[in-house]
Amino acid sequence: MRRALTVRTGFVSVRIDRRMLVLAAVMLTVIVALALWAVTLGSFPISVGQVADTLLGGGGKAARKVVWEWRGPRIAAAILFGALLGMSGAVFQSLTRNPLGSPDVIGFNAGSYTGVVVAMMLGASGYAATVSAAVVGGLIAAVIVYALAFRDGVSGTRLILVGIAISLFFGGLNQWFAVTADVDEALRAAVWGAGSLAKVTPAAVAVAAAIALAALVIMPVAQRWMSMLELGDDTAAMLGLRLERTKALLVVFGILTTAVVTATAGPIAFVALAAPQIGRRLRGRGASVDLLSAALTGALILLAADIVAQHALPGILLPVGAVTVCAGGAYLLWLLAVEGRRR
Amino acid sequence: MTTTAPASALRRRSPAATASALAAWILILAVLCVASLAFGSAQIPLPELWRAALGSSDAISQATLLGLRVPRTALGVLVGAALGVAGALMQAYTRNPLADPGVLGVNAGAGLAITLAVAFLGVTRIQEYLPFAFIGALVAVILVYLLAAARERPPSPLRMTLVGVAASAVMVGLSQTLALIDVQAFDRMRFWGAGTIADRPSGVLEAVAPWIAIGLVLALMSGRALNAIALGEDLARSVGARVGLTRAGVAVSATLLCGAATAAAGPLAFVGLIVPHIVRPFTGPDQRRIIAFSAVVAPSLLLICDILGRFMAPGELQVGVVTALIGAPILALLARNPRAAHL
Repeated sequence: MRRALTVRTGFVSVRIDRRMLVLAAVMLTVIVALALWAVTLGSFPISVGQVADTLLGGGGKAARKVVWEWRGPRIAAAILFGALLGMSGAVFQSLTRNPLGSPDVIGFNAGSYTGVVVAMMLGASGYAATVSAAVVGGLIAAVIVYALAFRDGVSGTRLILVGIAISLFFGGLNQWFAVTADVDEALRAAVWGAGSLAKVTPAAVAVAAAIALAALVIMPVAQRWMSMLELGDDTAAMLGLRLERTKALLVVFGILTTAVVTATAGPIAFVALAAPQIGRRLRGRGASVDLLSAALTGALILLAADIVAQHALPGILLPVGAVTVCAGGAYLLWLLAVEGRRR
Repeated sequence: MTTTAPASALRRRSPAATASALAAWILILAVLCVASLAFGSAQIPLPELWRAALGSSDAISQATLLGLRVPRTALGVLVGAALGVAGALMQAYTRNPLADPGVLGVNAGAGLAITLAVAFLGVTRIQEYLPFAFIGALVAVILVYLLAAARERPPSPLRMTLVGVAASAVMVGLSQTLALIDVQAFDRMRFWGAGTIADRPSGVLEAVAPWIAIGLVLALMSGRALNAIALGEDLARSVGARVGLTRAGVAVSATLLCGAATAAAGPLAFVGLIVPHIVRPFTGPDQRRIIAFSAVVAPSLLLICDILGRFMAPGELQVGVVTALIGAPILALLARNPRAAHL
């Protein structure tokens, strides 16, 4: 069997990896099945049949409310946010050519945490205030990192080093707040900082969906750029890529995808770091990080993690970020443990 | 490192120049020690300090000095040296300039052990943290080693790094989750997590000193072999270096150093990340020099931050917060320096 399918039309020709196709189909099926199951879980009992009925426009009044207003938005948020985080991670891991690269390297998450903390200290604790404070703080940190890392172009290692430094700086500010604030305030900031889907509004989901759709359209182009950049700066330039412009666009792509999530749900840890690595390993030997498998893996991780966060411990609602760290980390560990020795 | 090293970074520095640079740093450290004894909420002027050293000062200064400042300064020097050397070792071992001493899971393990102790065993006094932190750190590293060695024996540094980062994420996630459920644990962890060398209970210094001493000796012994390993494993073997033994020694040494430091002062790993970067412009790539310089420069940095922290906020600011606020800009500037591109 050939490894790849080639589709040629008059204008575009696309080469599609066969394994990728199968993987995408399987993962999409699993995501849909998991989502349907997730809708049935909770204190209001509802069967899969009723869910399907409601989704097709039927169903009772109560069922419609539960599916469309309570559980649906949160499940959609988990899938969309997971996909966005996965893509963001793939972009930064490809740009820095480092498996430990993640949107954290650009400092957005630490900065948005500081923004939220500052907003809390000023007494603004509404949802809108939190979202805007997170965006402003995150963007300030990201701009500082990019400006400091830019010196005759952006190199991967310099970006990571500067990003770690600036993240630690903002982390220091956050820690300062944590030890000087009173316990309740510090705990509220910490709960936001862990990342949670509990307060996500349908409007936020709509914004995320729009950005995810845009990302899907851009994805083939971005993927092409990433693959070329991975050959090394010189080779990529020789192939006709305008290096700095491309890198800047990719960074913007990476920040946008992570910013939507962090602003609305808080910095959900580890999905961006783990999803591209897990996706790459699922695609088989020798594959490099790619956007599609990272997005699918991210969606799957966040959806599963949110189900666990809501229902695993009866009576305790965990922030989903706490679960993603444990689950994503544990899975990455397992993958590393079973991965054969590659020589 | 993508860029080739500029000649200046590779030029061998003359032993005399290196020795005088080291002497200058030792002098700076000595001055800082005196400053650390003198400054604080109660200022002790130099003549008074001198009289106290001779044992003929008034009772209050005597009590402040012996009871608070001397243990604090001594702990700062010890912990600083341990973290600096551990950082240099880990960066050499993983051949990754971004490795901090906690990369094998030491900090996360110590943190998790303390959180568990606070949440389930009802531990409340800071004296009781020490054994938990140290045991947690050791268990974490052993776990990381076993997981990394499951398929590859001995595990490669890259594998150890990946497993260490993943395991750290899981352990941090677990601590976070526990802390978010248990307010008591959260309240304790936010102060432990900041990291401080002030007000440590008596006995801490004596408890960690032997471990740090063993770690430092092991580190100095492995410097020569680390230089050979930097050439690549095969070449190192051919010039007679014992690669496996050195790696094991380095890992044990870094674990003891970082574990003891973290147990005594909380997670201050940032010091270990940044100091080797500060030191390299003086030393060049010779690991023996990097280790020796790190052992002197790291305590200096820690003491500067600790002294500044005494004035930066009403009450005091934890040294861990200050190291982040001051060290981060230094790291960012170092990363911008083109000579720092070669590590």
